[in-house]
Amino acid sequence: MPCLRKKSLPKLSLILLAASLAAFGQRTYSSLGSPLSPEEIKSFDMIVGPEGKELPPGKGTVKEGADVYAKKCVACHGPNGQGGAVQRLVSGSPGNPKLGPFKDTEKTTLSYYPFPTIAWDYVNRAMPANKPGSLTPDEVYSVVAWLYYMNGIIGESEVLDAKSLLKVQMPNRDGFVPAKPVWPPNPKKPSWY
Amino acid sequence: MSSKQSGRRQFLQRAAVAGLAAGAANTANAQSGAAAKPASTPMHAEASRFPATGLEVTKRIDHITYYTPIQDSAGIITPAPLHFMQTHASEIPDLDPKEHRLTIHGMVDRPLSFTLDELKRLPSVSRIHFLECHGNGSPMRHSDHEKKGSGVPIQFVHGMTSCSEWTGVLLSTLLKEAGLKKEASWLVYEGGDPGKYTYTLPLAKAMDDVMVAYAQNGEPVRPAQGHPLRMVVPGWEGPFSVKWIKHIKVVDQPYITWSEAMNHSIPRPDLGGKSRWHHFQMAVKSVITRPSSGHKLPGPGFYDITGLAWSGWGAVRRVEVSTDGGKTWKDARLQSPVLRMAHTRFNFDWNWDGQEALIQSRCTDDQGETQLSVAELYKNWGYSDYKAEGKSRAIHFNAIQPWRIAKDGSVHDAMFA
Repeated sequence: MPCLRKKSLPKLSLILLAASLAAFGQRTYSSLGSPLSPEEIKSFDMIVGPEGKELPPGKGTVKEGADVYAKKCVACHGPNGQGGAVQRLVSGSPGNPKLGPFKDTEKTTLSYYPFPTIAWDYVNRAMPANKPGSLTPDEVYSVVAWLYYMNGIIGESEVLDAKSLLKVQMPNRDGFVPAKPVWPPNPKKPSWY
Repeated sequence: MSSKQSGRRQFLQRAAVAGLAAGAANTANAQSGAAAKPASTPMHAEASRFPATGLEVTKRIDHITYYTPIQDSAGIITPAPLHFMQTHASEIPDLDPKEHRLTIHGMVDRPLSFTLDELKRLPSVSRIHFLECHGNGSPMRHSDHEKKGSGVPIQFVHGMTSCSEWTGVLLSTLLKEAGLKKEASWLVYEGGDPGKYTYTLPLAKAMDDVMVAYAQNGEPVRPAQGHPLRMVVPGWEGPFSVKWIKHIKVVDQPYITWSEAMNHSIPRPDLGGKSRWHHFQMAVKSVITRPSSGHKLPGPGFYDITGLAWSGWGAVRRVEVSTDGGKTWKDARLQSPVLRMAHTRFNFDWNWDGQEALIQSRCTDDQGETQLSVAELYKNWGYSDYKAEGKSRAIHFNAIQPWRIAKDGSVHDAMFA
């Protein structure tokens, strides 16, 4: 490097040393493990939390969702989200949400889930079982919209996207104790609790 | 030809093929001078060709379950091929350990990716812990059992607990390497199975004793147990210990994903029809494994009553056995070692007089918690009549297990009888 004169070298190495200390000062085994770039993280960072920060753009209607369900879900989950070989998805009915307490297979239906993001996240990453992760965001928004409609949670004309999904009022939102999950439980509970 | 003989013939054939393949690989290696891939899987010594109990397996499009043959278990260690498992997918993933990466990201200073070789270079620990399905022994399992007749072995009722020596890296080591941000309070993590099984864990537990394990009982973790890498969350309900672990994200709130929200919570009358978010530790529990339902005593005389006891809260302090339907209790002997959050083996000398008998065990742990009867447990949960309500789905079911021994020596499940 022609611009690098001999006397600036010590200065440069000091800067490099300071930079490396800032980046790796806390590490004990710095030769192990590779840093992950934001792009790499983006490629697998799919789990959606209750605040929906990870939701991608896209949208879907109840009507579109009925089509997606008929093509990709009905074979295992049965017509109208129940009566199939696997998890029952619907309790309640359009306009009549299922309210607690929930028993037996009602617990696997979307009506039981406390947050509107849970079904979206699971369908997006794990469904359909023969090709997990193959649905587009629009397909996921729409099939979740149809399932919420069938459970009586949203109206027939609603459109779900990253914003409106978070506004869906889940009927069993307050069906869990304590109000917020905490660890450790306070006060301490007996073993049978 | 019996199936056992056929199995032996297959074994000999496989051994021969492996030998030939190894020879071929050596020749190819010598010719090309390059490292050859192993031509076959290494041989493992086979079990005796004489009949013994093995896993029971149920498989459907949405799950695979292995049940440990707990009725014939000995000591406290479950061999890896007999360890229970459940996955909410229809396939066990076949992951290449050379390609597998464990990532740690989210609220950390330095998101990191580790290869298996790198994880093995980090300081390792080996610890003996039980893993138990949160639904093990639940009332639904007893009712299935009754439907099929009382001769169904204990395996289907209590066979979803197992105990192994796990070797791996403490998760705290990895989290410290990544550097936790101030807001970090929970983790959410995902496995490499088709269903991408996901669970939420409080950071305090993660920093305490959670392991990322690559070996079980001295060998690489087997595919059904999470090869090449699984979480081991000591003492806590089984689903926390995600198999085929791939991505760990540090977050500032509990994510509560599908499985946690749906299947792993139970509405209870004493909670006003609401459910607990998580149950965390598995409760204090014991069960007589021999004699147990499915066994048949050949006649009166001496028997070594033996069983397993454990607690997700700590170590077993005491096990008592009753052979008169709970009227009197006597201390059982505890076999060494007695380890925290591990199965503990107990024994009790018994002379059977040939009359109908009700035998049961109850465990007390080092927190002073004692196993309750099914009636007491249901009363605490707010049910008035456990026999009427008893078949409703319940998890974390640690009631005392009574076995009824009939005059003919047959052993029956008396939990709800």
